[in-house]
Amino acid sequence: MNMLYTALSSLSSHWRYRPGQLAMLAIGLALATALWSGVQAINAEARAAYDRAAATLGQDQLTRLEGADGRPIPLATFLALREAGYLVSPVISGELRDAEGRLRVLGIDPLTAPAAAQGPALDGAVDLAAFFTNPGLLLMTEATANGPLPADLPPSVLSENVPPAAAITDISTAARLLGQNDPSYLLAAPVQPFGLPPLSEATDLRIRAPDTANDIARLTDSFHLNLTAFGLLSFGVGLFIVHAAIGLAFEQRRASVRTLRALGTPLRTVLLALGIELAVIAFIAGLIGIALGYLIAAALMPGVAGTLRGLYGAEIEGVLRFNPTWALSALVITWLGAAVAAVQAMVRTAQMPLLAPALPRAWAQASGRTIRLQALAALALFALAVALAFFGQGLIAAFTCLAALLIGAAFILPALMTAALNILPTRGAFSSWVLADTRQQIPGLSLALMALLLALSANIGVSTMVGSFRSTFIGWLDQRLASELYVTAADPTEAAALIAAIEPDVDAILPIVSADQRLFGRAAQVFGVIDHPTYREAWPLLSQSPDPWDALATGNAVFINEQLARRENLSPGDVLPLAGGLPIAGVYSDYGNPNGQAIVSLNRFSETYPDTQFFRFAIRIDPSEAPALATRLREEFNLPTEAVTNQAQVKAFSIDVFDQTFRVTGALNILTLGVAGIALLTSLLTLANLRLPQLAPLWAIGTSRATLARVELARALGLALLTFLFALPVGLALAWILLALVNVEAFGWRLPMQLFPSDWARLFALALIAAGLAALGPALRLARIPPARLTQIFAQER
Amino acid sequence: MRTLLALLLMLTQTHAQGFAGLGTQADDTFAVPQPNPTFSFPQDHGPHPDYRIEWWYLTATLQGPDGTNYGIQWTLFRSALAPETSADWTAPQLFMGHAGLTTPTEHHSAERLARGGTGQAGVTATPFRAHIDDWQMASTTQTGDAYDALTLTARGTDFAYALDLTANGPLIFHGQNGFSVKSAAGQASYYYSQPFYTVIGTLNLPTGDIPVTGTAWLDREWSSQPLSEDQNGWDWFSLQFEDGARMMAFGLRSTDGTTFTSATWINPDGTTQSYGDGHVQLTPLATTNVAGRNVPTEWQLTFPDRAIDITTIPVNAQSWMDTSFAYWEGPITFTGTHTGRGYLEMTGYE
Repeated sequence: MNMLYTALSSLSSHWRYRPGQLAMLAIGLALATALWSGVQAINAEARAAYDRAAATLGQDQLTRLEGADGRPIPLATFLALREAGYLVSPVISGELRDAEGRLRVLGIDPLTAPAAAQGPALDGAVDLAAFFTNPGLLLMTEATANGPLPADLPPSVLSENVPPAAAITDISTAARLLGQNDPSYLLAAPVQPFGLPPLSEATDLRIRAPDTANDIARLTDSFHLNLTAFGLLSFGVGLFIVHAAIGLAFEQRRASVRTLRALGTPLRTVLLALGIELAVIAFIAGLIGIALGYLIAAALMPGVAGTLRGLYGAEIEGVLRFNPTWALSALVITWLGAAVAAVQAMVRTAQMPLLAPALPRAWAQASGRTIRLQALAALALFALAVALAFFGQGLIAAFTCLAALLIGAAFILPALMTAALNILPTRGAFSSWVLADTRQQIPGLSLALMALLLALSANIGVSTMVGSFRSTFIGWLDQRLASELYVTAADPTEAAALIAAIEPDVDAILPIVSADQRLFGRAAQVFGVIDHPTYREAWPLLSQSPDPWDALATGNAVFINEQLARRENLSPGDVLPLAGGLPIAGVYSDYGNPNGQAIVSLNRFSETYPDTQFFRFAIRIDPSEAPALATRLREEFNLPTEAVTNQAQVKAFSIDVFDQTFRVTGALNILTLGVAGIALLTSLLTLANLRLPQLAPLWAIGTSRATLARVELARALGLALLTFLFALPVGLALAWILLALVNVEAFGWRLPMQLFPSDWARLFALALIAAGLAALGPALRLARIPPARLTQIFAQER
Repeated sequence: MRTLLALLLMLTQTHAQGFAGLGTQADDTFAVPQPNPTFSFPQDHGPHPDYRIEWWYLTATLQGPDGTNYGIQWTLFRSALAPETSADWTAPQLFMGHAGLTTPTEHHSAERLARGGTGQAGVTATPFRAHIDDWQMASTTQTGDAYDALTLTARGTDFAYALDLTANGPLIFHGQNGFSVKSAAGQASYYYSQPFYTVIGTLNLPTGDIPVTGTAWLDREWSSQPLSEDQNGWDWFSLQFEDGARMMAFGLRSTDGTTFTSATWINPDGTTQSYGDGHVQLTPLATTNVAGRNVPTEWQLTFPDRAIDITTIPVNAQSWMDTSFAYWEGPITFTGTHTGRGYLEMTGYE
């Protein structure tokens, strides 16, 4: 025990003299923990939100009955099922939207709702009589209650178990608010009464099994996989730092360990002391990391919420709750990571002969054999990536392909670096020495350079993907949003009056009508359009049968969006099960929409959905006259500001949604690059001390300290340059995988890849700055090292 | 939540203390029973939405082909949040159906809830039909009183029954011509019965169908404030004597340990005599552990005015109605100075 204390105190005194090194170790661990746990926190929060949404009204447990055409179920149908003895419960759901805000209303009938569907409705805190009787009560979360809500709502009661942007209320209140008396759908109790035939024999309604893997969770899987991949990457990069810091400390304490052993401290005690020390440091760093991770997650959460809403229509609150389990698991991860990073140093300590001389270079001398083995592994990984790219299917295959590419690239880096240095021309003895010395350093720096490579490749890949997406998206918006003004009337009567008033003054009026419709068992929308050049000229068709617009105009054909086409493997000529089956005449791109969509002619639409009310339309007019018309509509018809939007506003809104979508990715990108920079710094610091024996002879034969320092700096920049050059093709390959494989699997659309050399230039500058900053400290120290210290080298180390 | 709903529906019955002021005091907006009522049929067989609560309550003692005793209960409760009604989701008239089926070894129960405005549940006087979902009690006669012939159905997750009922006697009225006082403080309800049914029909059980015959008793009661604040439960008996006479007796238990009793003696010809508080004594003889509580399942009922001293035994001591508002209700037999069958309902045993 006493021995352990002695070992602990003498070993840990090391840190007192080198607080910077301790800080490095702690920063590495804290950053690794922070990025990993931050991403985990975001994922957990979002998943919890999906689960809450899925569990709303027991959707995850209860069978649902829906109208075959997706329309409300006549009240008489519901009553007939009850009268036949079946336990089904009505839900009236819909969205309230006005100039002030929007709210999804879920009206339930607590009297008939199966236990699983009663959810948070009446958990004892609600005045039942008030819930049942006019004006009713709305149950919603605090965030929803404080958000933008439509005007003239009944009183609300706070309940944490209601989905975001939604309210649960009595069916009578929902019926009144939504102006809909017929149930939107029915929930069936899991156990039906004795002696009745199965429900499927008693009704024509479509029977939908419980949403075990609900739409939203499935849609957003790709996004969370993305985040997780980033988190893992950051964690790995962080561990590079930890590994380097621990390696350095090990080297510098060889002498202490040797002395302790020589004084009779058992090896076990030394290892135990090292382990305890590391565990304590990891604990403290882990706590810092958890705090940082929480801050990062909380800062990113609104962006994530925006992304999920924009991309998938998934409502989650942009608020992070603190979860103790999450904190604990993050701490365990820190310990595990520290343990993994320390294994090498521990094994070496254990194997060190009792009275071995200090061999400071030994640990860093990874043999050429290791480099060759890594290169072979890299080739195998590349082969796997190629095979997966061409034959793989599904999101997991796409991500595995991505991982194989990145890990392969990291593995092959030392071999490529060595090869590159070999073919560089040399002039004179000094430059030959510099190159040879650099080559010799590659093994020691390889982990840090790999981290830099990964960070740079990820950056290039993701920014290429986002950039391609953005420019395609904006071009597509220009086509899609061809009309000058978009108008929403309060009701069909007002719409008719508006049209009558402005018709003489405009080029064309294009009605906008849509109906919700389930296609292939998933949510989708159907739009009706008139035959007009606006569509013929501007609508972005990806593939088509001959004369698609003429076919559509007859009402006997349908266009579908790319998402639906890819998901259901449909192409022009196939028949879509809509309105009795319509042949597909065209497939159009529809970026940013998670759901399937179809377009039919307005006449066909009206026949299929006779109840759909028409109150939105687009106006074609000379762009210069559009603002005046907008003002006229607002003033003459007293339309609220939001009811008349011009093209520019819609575009600005769409682009804003888009930019928000990738804000998280951008932030994580920068963080990863920062971590890679710190990894490089740590490695250089480690090497700086070890390399004095190499540098001392050069100084002794006349090379000035300043020259040596400049060489060190230049070397770091040169290595960063080489890494960047190699990261470029890796990053572009990564972008291709993201665009051609991951996006298609995740979102259902494929984008043309575009190159953004200016982004690369910026990133290149960033990489050089990171490497320069990392090398600056060690270089400055070298420039100012007391000559006496260099002289001592000959006495002490040789 | 179901419990809360039940309380809302039943708050005027036995759980009044927790809702002091709501269930026990007359709400100005609801009508209140008045002494010496004059009933008007068939209208009064139907609902009275201006009163807070009301029920159509039928119990039947039945025998299978092998003489096995069975019992069924069918009840539709109406509870109004406001003394009004409408034909849509907003109607403040809530309905609760309870059905029970008792065998010597099993007790099945089921519950249905519905609001009154949509047509999912409700009662019409002409033609008489009380229903909730597929459960119904409907008149099958065009002549005479609508209650003279009824058809009755109910269905739970593990049982169902379908019975035909024929009345062999007149309606009888409890208390003062149907004005039934429920406490010393004067709380009262309108209360009449048809105790003279003969029954034939079928019980459907997972083990198979059982043809049954027997007798039944229908209670009609409505009020707006039947219980006093300090009353916490009741024990209600309907008895059929072998000579064709019937008897109704109930005791309303107070928190201070006293019991307010009331009884109606029904001669075989349908003539009646009402007895106020104190004429009948109800004494628990043995309790049974039912659903985690002790319930007095054997009773001594003494009625000196009629020289009656009998002991009642349940057909199945576990006749627990496992509904949101839970209570004991099942068929009984009795011995002593007289023998016969009947039904027992006990509420308020926590």
